[in-house]
Amino acid sequence: MLSKKQARAFFLGGTVVTFLIFIGLTVYSLSKAQDQTHSENITEAVIRGKHIWEKNNCMGCHTLFGEGAYYAPELTKVIERRGEAYVKGVLMSPVPWQINGRKMVAYNMSEADALDVVEFFKWAGNVDLNGFEHVVSPLAKEKIEANN
Amino acid sequence: MKYKTQKIAYWFWALSMLLLVLQITYGFIMGFARIGMDGLHEFIPFNTARAVHTNLLVVWLLSGFMGAAYYIIPEEAQRDLVRPKLAFLQLISLALVGVTAIIGYHFNWWEGRKFLEIPRPLDWLVVFNVLLFLGLILWTLFTGKRRTTTALVLSMGLLFAALLYLPGMIDFDSQTLDSFFRWWVVHLWVEGVWELIMGGILSFLLIKLTGVDREVIEKWLYVIVGLTFLSGILGTGHHYYYIGVNKIWLIVGGIFSALEPLAFLAMALFAVNMYRKGEKSHPNKIALYWTLGSAILSFVGAGLLGFAHTLPQVNLYTHGTLVTAMHGHLAFWGAYGMIVLAIMSYALPNLTGRKLYDTAGARLAFWLSNIGLLGMTIAFGVAGVAQTYLERRFKMEFMQVQNEIKVHFVVLILMATLFAIGITYYIIQFVKYGLPNDEALEAETN
Repeated sequence: MLSKKQARAFFLGGTVVTFLIFIGLTVYSLSKAQDQTHSENITEAVIRGKHIWEKNNCMGCHTLFGEGAYYAPELTKVIERRGEAYVKGVLMSPVPWQINGRKMVAYNMSEADALDVVEFFKWAGNVDLNGFEHVVSPLAKEKIEANN
Repeated sequence: MKYKTQKIAYWFWALSMLLLVLQITYGFIMGFARIGMDGLHEFIPFNTARAVHTNLLVVWLLSGFMGAAYYIIPEEAQRDLVRPKLAFLQLISLALVGVTAIIGYHFNWWEGRKFLEIPRPLDWLVVFNVLLFLGLILWTLFTGKRRTTTALVLSMGLLFAALLYLPGMIDFDSQTLDSFFRWWVVHLWVEGVWELIMGGILSFLLIKLTGVDREVIEKWLYVIVGLTFLSGILGTGHHYYYIGVNKIWLIVGGIFSALEPLAFLAMALFAVNMYRKGEKSHPNKIALYWTLGSAILSFVGAGLLGFAHTLPQVNLYTHGTLVTAMHGHLAFWGAYGMIVLAIMSYALPNLTGRKLYDTAGARLAFWLSNIGLLGMTIAFGVAGVAQTYLERRFKMEFMQVQNEIKVHFVVLILMATLFAIGITYYIIQFVKYGLPNDEALEAETN
């Protein structure tokens, strides 16, 4: 029968081994050669866009890469789906954007800020998400291709 | 022999209850918004309500864990808490962080990162708070008469929880990296070190309530926390499937997160077996209900419902849908909400001298809140599965789908009402217990 000492060794040993593997995998998957995000395309505008995304807690309603709050549409590839002008229009709207009944906060953004957010979405739209980008709510290009 | 400084726990739990009420209130705001009743949109838009709801969850649970530690550690270490006045300072700073953060969320003052919305200046207050808390707990533990495994596991959980807060404070330019390290905090908390805290509290409660030998209980505690880390650390990979990192995580995350239910299964079997083995018939049956309930529902909510969507083949379709909300609600309730309510149910009669455990109110609190939360889980589950099929398989537009599944949110609100009534009963009991007092602690020998 297992003794308390053996049980403790199992706990400590298992934890140390899996933690070391976890660190190793982290280093490997974040190495330059494994980059799936086109990190070279993260421009100043993309970074500013990300800050606006965070400052307004957009993730509190929307999702991006499937992460967020499921109250408003997924925004991976939103530029491809809706076009730049539409997205800018939503962000710059002085009254709550409201199609199909659900209201969005009226951000009334400046054009410069809206453009930064668009750049952020463009960058996000080109990240290789291991296939998720093809599954997540209908994508303009694929829908058009499927219809043809 | 009980210790007078254990009374501090009461005030942390009082704060917990207050925050829980607020959390539920904001939950209702979101539920109603989902069925189109969003009259508060101008003042409390969904993203504010959401940030408040999830952050209050974290803070009321942390306050509950801290209360548990202030109750358990003196008893385990067999000495009074060192510097009790500092513990009150810590309580005030915790309340201050919580309240300031929540008010700030209403004025767009946040970081906008799911679960870690607390703005940076307040993060430093969190660090101060947690360091103070850990200082007091560890100092008491290491100057005490004995160091038990239960106390060590509980303290280790709290220490690692503090350390793991730090990766969440690093700034990244890439959304992918941001997300990657955000999960170091969130996942390794709830599917890692918080389970240590839960395990520590569970083991303390089982020792007290069942009378089974400490050595037996603590041996299994090691096995359970061992299984937790063995599966949970590499199980972090299930958050990395689709955020823009290497496919290796599909394999590693898939295999190890599929093993995660084992830790919860072990926990449930352990609790039930210890109960059956126990010869002691403790009069506080309701504390036993909450304890066993927590072990069993954490297996269902965190273990089974987590497994339901953790395999990459399934998660490809369910990622970013309400299926996650289904799992999240029952997992947090079973594993963490219930264990906090369990330790409170056990400790309040000892702290106040009032034996209110065998009352209709206490039983109603248990059954209504649990039935309500199970109903909510089912409502989220049906909505999530429907959403997955309509949106991901049939490629319907997001809002079209949301209108189709609206009816499940009516059910959600009804079930949440039942849950809220249960919690109201719990809080009425809490108030009826009155304040903790020294006479009660001196008289208590159990």
